Amino acid sequence: MDWQLIIKSLPVLLKGAVLTIELTAAAVAIGTIIGLVMAMLRLSKRKVMSWPAAIYVDFFRGTPLLAQIYLIYFGAPQVLHFTPPDSYAYIAGIIALSLNSGAYIAEIFRAGIKSIDRGQSEAARSLGMTQGEAMWNVILPQAFKRVVPPLGNEFIAMLKDSALVSVISIEELLFSGKIIAGRTFKPFEIYIAVAMIYLVMTLTISQVVNYMERRLAKSDSR
Amino acid sequence: MIHVKNLHKYFGKLEVLKGVDADIKEKEVVVVIGPSGSGKSTFLRCLNKLEEATSGEIEIDGIPLNNDDTNINAIRREVGMVFQRFNLFPHMTALENIMLAPMKVRKLTREEAEKTARELLRKVGLEEKANVYPDALSGGQQQRVAIARALAMRPKIMLFDEPTSALDPEMVGEVLSVMKDLAREGMTMVVVTHEMGFAKEVGDRVLFMDEGIIMEQGNPEQLFSNPQNPRTQAFLSKIL
Repeated sequence: MDWQLIIKSLPVLLKGAVLTIELTAAAVAIGTIIGLVMAMLRLSKRKVMSWPAAIYVDFFRGTPLLAQIYLIYFGAPQVLHFTPPDSYAYIAGIIALSLNSGAYIAEIFRAGIKSIDRGQSEAARSLGMTQGEAMWNVILPQAFKRVVPPLGNEFIAMLKDSALVSVISIEELLFSGKIIAGRTFKPFEIYIAVAMIYLVMTLTISQVVNYMERRLAKSDSR
Repeated sequence: MIHVKNLHKYFGKLEVLKGVDADIKEKEVVVVIGPSGSGKSTFLRCLNKLEEATSGEIEIDGIPLNNDDTNINAIRREVGMVFQRFNLFPHMTALENIMLAPMKVRKLTREEAEKTARELLRKVGLEEKANVYPDALSGGQQQRVAIARALAMRPKIMLFDEPTSALDPEMVGEVLSVMKDLAREGMTMVVVTHEMGFAKEVGDRVLFMDEGIIMEQGNPEQLFSNPQNPRTQAFLSKIL
């Protein structure tokens, strides 16, 4: 075990880890907006609204993320006839991760919204609120509380899945490791170090999620 | 005030309402009784379109409900509803529950809405519970807040859907007393309930529903002491 090498590689690996966190945060943030919109569309009684959302969710949950990354990185410039700029890998990576995350988050929101008792929306509507007003003022504030734990899990899953964008040369954590491993011919040391950094990150996030869960539980039993 | 003609309602293939006719005047207190499954709650929920009528006419204050031009939200502003399960918003205090709709729907300022909300809490005897969340209130208190919440919209009509059925017996009285006050103030009310004492005391008219139609109706005195329809007799003999 070459400890020296691990220590020497740490600055580069940690730089990669920062990019991993940035990619994940961007994907989950954009995915949350997409997911919220898609969840609302899917819950619509009108088929023209719910169908496209259902197709979106099925596609991005039912196909490999790696295929989605290739499709957006290589496929999109071909069919949309544009020359990818130098930074296109990052853009394509974030788009792919966001769209993928959005599909899972849509289902999280849908379940959260549906878990709120029907009586809540009936009470709001009976007071003259529109469907949108009832959703925004009554249903969503209650649903948000319930989706915090699954959203945390989605964040952890996305943090790990973001390693897949290493295939399009984004210098996140895994890619940084791959470069060093290839140069030094010491893959064991490097990939152990990479794995440990992922582990520290996921364990930290799950601690934060647990903490938030406990706090929400407390405010629930007010 | 409320005009219902030949109202039919199907849930899938099940016909729940089989031609209901009713006219309810301003300031009238109408109590709807009947066995469970008789369609009385469905009838009530059709009056503010929480259930959509399959066919028939419903007019509230002269405005037809089943007309595409009718803004249902505008009608619901004028028709308050109180539910069996209270349905208070659990993420808001009692005061916020009452203030929400006046601010969002009637566009009152926060100050105006709060003033009204506090007055209404006083009216239902819960002034000191303004900043308490629903889960810290008893069932009876929650239902009184729910009544205040409906009244905050200054409705012309109040619908009550078994308002005391989910309450412990010792809390029924406090809710009924708020409803009685309301009746005496001249509110137009339609009340689905099993509280015959309430019907006798403040009801102007009792509708007995069974099998999706109004089997018999009349003033409470007459209907309770001398029911004509054998179904009414059978029902009353079971509960009185």
